Amino acid sequence: MKKLYVFLNNLTDISMGDVSADKAIPPSGYTANLTSFTAGAMAFLAVFAMALSLATGRLADRWSGELARTTTVRISAPEGQMQAQLDAVVNVLETTTGIASARVMTDDEQRRLLEPWFGPDLPLENLPIPRLVEVMEADIGPDMEGLRLRLSAEAPGAVLDDHTRWRRPLVVAANRLRSLGTIAILLIAGSTAAMITLAAQSALAANGQIISVLRLVGARDVYIARAFVRRFTMRALLGAIIGTTLGMIAIFFLPSAAEEGAFLTGLGFEGWYWMWPLLIPPLTALVAFWATRAAAFRALARIS
Amino acid sequence: MLQLQEAGFSYGGRDILADVSLDVAPGSFYFLTGPSGAGKTTFLRLCYQALMPTRGIIRILDRDVRGLEREDITQIRRRIGVVHQDCKFVDHLSMAENIKMPLQVSGRSSELDDASFHDLVSWVGLSARMNALPNELSSGERQRAALARAVVMSPDLILADEPTGNLDWEMAQKILRLLIELNKMGKTVIIATHDLQLIRMAKSKIPARVLRIANNKVQLAGADL
Ligand SMILES: Nc1ncnc2c1ncn2[C@@H]1O[C@H](COP(=O)(O)OP(=O)(O)OP(=O)(O)O)[C@@H](O)[C@H]1O
Ligand SMILES: [Mg+2]
Repeated sequence: MKKLYVFLNNLTDISMGDVSADKAIPPSGYTANLTSFTAGAMAFLAVFAMALSLATGRLADRWSGELARTTTVRISAPEGQMQAQLDAVVNVLETTTGIASARVMTDDEQRRLLEPWFGPDLPLENLPIPRLVEVMEADIGPDMEGLRLRLSAEAPGAVLDDHTRWRRPLVVAANRLRSLGTIAILLIAGSTAAMITLAAQSALAANGQIISVLRLVGARDVYIARAFVRRFTMRALLGAIIGTTLGMIAIFFLPSAAEEGAFLTGLGFEGWYWMWPLLIPPLTALVAFWATRAAAFRALARIS
Repeated sequence: MLQLQEAGFSYGGRDILADVSLDVAPGSFYFLTGPSGAGKTTFLRLCYQALMPTRGIIRILDRDVRGLEREDITQIRRRIGVVHQDCKFVDHLSMAENIKMPLQVSGRSSELDDASFHDLVSWVGLSARMNALPNELSSGERQRAALARAVVMSPDLILADEPTGNLDWEMAQKILRLLIELNKMGKTVIIATHDLQLIRMAKSKIPARVLRIANNKVQLAGADL
């Protein structure tokens, strides 16, 4: 409890204390600009990693949703055998592992499917049209070859249609890209922390003389650390705001394409997802805060 | 105020001070003398915990220096005013900012109003130089500014390392008068110097005692000075 109190006390000391400590440490324009530039570049990259992650996530969701509903069994049989074969097919499907459900499409549904080609007044009953069975796959789909063999044994007129099978590896790829996007964001955060640590360390080393004077006149370590922490946090925040803004503008002006648009043009934010990149500047500031704080206290512990 | 019991200090095995036993009472006035390299600065650094004794016990402001945390050291330093031999200013800040720094870093800057600050700097004769940078001051001015900074917190103990080292006799007397004035206000004062003339002048005014460092020992000198 006491530790927590001391910790919170130090935290508010650092974030809200007076600014006289900042003055005691001379400004170093070069390091400052480098820090802002790197934080900005990292934020810019983070926007794209985030867009990639969100877009591939959307793609993976949509494709896997479609996948589950894209297998059908088509049955062509003479009038007298149709019902028997239909029953046989449904029976096979329902006893196959990897299939969630199977449903014979109604005449209405089939008419609607054929409408674009034959018009609305198609007399379905009088035509030898194959019947369709819609198959809902479970998460782990069935063994398609085995199913095909069983179907042809039980119902000679049945044909298994899984023409969108090719999408399955795409879903895996999209999911993997989403994870890679997340890893990229973590790596960017890590690099930002590393870079700010190095910059803070060099600033601390360059000001060793002043630090020892501050100590001799009775400055506490938090007071000294505060000057560095505030400075690097503000620089990183500034850079990140600029980088994030540029990244969002770049993504906003990506050409958009139709719904089926290829993966590339889907790379963007939709609706309230535009809020996500706005998290980047405050998170960068947080990373800078902790990185500088850790570097400062480590350096101050070393200087006797 | 300050007690040493068989305290010793060595730099990497080389003894600088050994077997020092001493009891400095509050309100007393001490000189610390000895040839260059004898260990005067080392002694003072032990007093403000820039160094820790390698042997024996040092108690300062009723605290044993062994086992002090960094935070405790900070609190003790706020009650000690030090005039360093090389002054130690922050070079890019004005003299005014440098002199106010002890208050600033301990969050007490509001305690010093402009009038008191003006009194302080005119007391050391530097009213006109407050906007200058440390490097723009003469060494005598720097030493007076260092004294102003050492007393700005109204410390209980004042440690001055060669405060008149670079000064002519006129200026040295002026600094000494300032330190005697502080002693009369109840502060304990320890001055490291090898200026015997200065010591003689002080002894003519107040009951100052003299510690001499020789052969790593600190001894109270007799009245023969
Ligand atoms: N950091 C250090 N490492 C090793 N030896 C040191 C160090 N600082 C001082 N010394 C040695 O300790 C001895 C005492 O030094 P100190 O500075 O205390 O002398 P002093 O009495 O203040 O001399 P002066 O009158 O010249 O200021 C000297 O021999 C010096 O060389
Ligand atoms: Mg010395």
